[in-house]
Amino acid sequence: MSTPPTAAPRSGAGADRAFELVTAGAAWLVLILLGSIAASMAWGGRLAFETFGWQFIVSREWDAVGGRFGALVPIYGTVVTSFLALLLAVPVSIGIALFLTDIAPRWMRGPIGIAIELLAAIPSIIYGMWGLFVFAPFMAAHVEPWLSEHLGPLPVIGALFVGPPIGIGMLTAGIVLGIMIIPFISTVARDVFNAVPPQLKEAAVALGSTRWEILSRVTLPYTRSAIIGAIFLGLGRALGETMAVTFVLGNAHDLSLSLLMPSNSIAAAIANEFTEADTELYRSSLIALALLLFLVTFLVLTAAKLMLMRIGRVQGRTH
Amino acid sequence: MKAMLLAAGAAALLTAGCGTRTDNGAAPDQAAAAQKITGAGSTFVYPVLAAWSADYAKQTGAAVNYQSIGSGGGVSQIKAGTVDFGATDQPLEPAELAESGLAQFPVVIGGVVPVVNVPGIAPGKLRLTGPVLADIYAGKVKKWNDPAIGTINTGVTLPNADIAVVHRSDGSGTSFNFTHYLSQVSPAWKAGPGEGKSVDWPVGVGGKGNEGVAGYVKQIPNSIGYVEYAYVLQNGMAFAQLQNAAGNFVSPSAESFQAAAASADWKNAKDFFLVMTNAPGANAYPITATTFVLMHRQPKDKARSDAALSFFRWALKDGQGQAQKLDYVPLPADLVGQIEGYIGASIK
Repeated sequence: MSTPPTAAPRSGAGADRAFELVTAGAAWLVLILLGSIAASMAWGGRLAFETFGWQFIVSREWDAVGGRFGALVPIYGTVVTSFLALLLAVPVSIGIALFLTDIAPRWMRGPIGIAIELLAAIPSIIYGMWGLFVFAPFMAAHVEPWLSEHLGPLPVIGALFVGPPIGIGMLTAGIVLGIMIIPFISTVARDVFNAVPPQLKEAAVALGSTRWEILSRVTLPYTRSAIIGAIFLGLGRALGETMAVTFVLGNAHDLSLSLLMPSNSIAAAIANEFTEADTELYRSSLIALALLLFLVTFLVLTAAKLMLMRIGRVQGRTH
Repeated sequence: MKAMLLAAGAAALLTAGCGTRTDNGAAPDQAAAAQKITGAGSTFVYPVLAAWSADYAKQTGAAVNYQSIGSGGGVSQIKAGTVDFGATDQPLEPAELAESGLAQFPVVIGGVVPVVNVPGIAPGKLRLTGPVLADIYAGKVKKWNDPAIGTINTGVTLPNADIAVVHRSDGSGTSFNFTHYLSQVSPAWKAGPGEGKSVDWPVGVGGKGNEGVAGYVKQIPNSIGYVEYAYVLQNGMAFAQLQNAAGNFVSPSAESFQAAAASADWKNAKDFFLVMTNAPGANAYPITATTFVLMHRQPKDKARSDAALSFFRWALKDGQGQAQKLDYVPLPADLVGQIEGYIGASIK
């Protein structure tokens, strides 16, 4: 009451200005954090980079006693297990999302949707223990003997399926990771499929399209960029996953083409070895590994962005 | 980065857990006068140190806060002076001790035991020699029915199956003692992977921690691994007998660990710098290990250092029964006497 009416816009402008500063500060904070994390890892890993140079990235040796470190095995293990995870998770997740949006009866959608969201809430250590105590013995007893017997002798792909069936290795780790990222991809996919305008689908039905034709010619093209975003979200999580992978990957610094053999991942190597890394060079090598994981993740996300931009341009031309 | 966060979180939880437990143990009238002793290091010794500190707090009101962050972490923490004592499974050399002004003494004995999961092999039925064990871990002996294993196991039927080798994936004192033993009995191992808390393993899969190795060995048929003695007992695992330096095959037990400790040459070991593997006694178990405590010779805070010393004096005398209950092995009496003399002489 005592405030003159003219003061209101002035104080409003001030509040607006303050609000702008706060939001801008929050946005800059993220960039500053990201930059300083990268810088501090580069600083921590400088001894490893100085000592080994490019050899650090291409060497497969990891010998703490002799003080020789190379990141090839962890990088390879990280990339292969994450790729396997995508191979499994992408078709299953898109299948789940399509079933939930287009095919399932309405009463089923709620319970299945909630079940999938609950999968995302399970801590990764639980996946790791399940993988070690339940899934790895199952793989060793039933899946891996069959794979090495039937696929092992084949030319070219046979090399992927040789070795003793011990249930611990890249294949098992990839499948466990795949199960872990299914909820992330499928929830996003379900939401974007739900956002497809019903008129488009109705028009397709009116033209006599089958369910498969609606999916492949209407739903997927319409949601392509969002689906690719969802896949890369899952991939980002798979690349950085630590505990579950540590349990089932075997943590061995061996480079092997066979998916049945144990390997190592960047995150697992750091978690395993950081506490007892007792020389400067050892610790520095682990920090350098962390920087490499950061770079791999950054490259993957950049690739995703570029892909989305290309799709945007292509669509811009055709429409 | 995630791993570092995890580690930091785990450390914070441990600290919080220890703090509350020891606080509850202290009687109210003693709590005011109570000293707070802090230590960090070896995970192997953590169960017995936790039990000791609970008992000790009940008796004296002095709280011991021990963080099991690993031997390497314990060494760097005591060097940095952030804790009153450090604990490590790998003893430091006298020169390194002198350089950082530290004293070192053993507190408890344990053993590292090869365990197998081979169908039809009961605990203690398989015999191994040091060189054969080294060849298995080097990937030179690949099958269970290899003649190298067969000749020392007459009467035991071994399958024509690949040996699945399991080792530790994390750096650990257990691996140090195991590889130290292999280096002593096999020149090829010494020249190849060598000894250390984590080495470049030629073959096999890595399990995280003793429980990880025990888990893998139980899950994988025809596997072999190595764990601390307590895990063998708790999990009822099939251990192997090992041939000792005197040529006898011995099973891991409190008696054979003590025989090793008694036959080791502690008298001439400066600063107790001695790894007991391959001890000479007739009944000595060959991979017997000790955890060592590290303390500053001239501590900055004398009151806290004295409190830590009286804790260890108490533990070496009154805490050994508790240690036995937790499947550790007490130190032989004359070694305890030697340690008490050493503490009195070297820590001011």
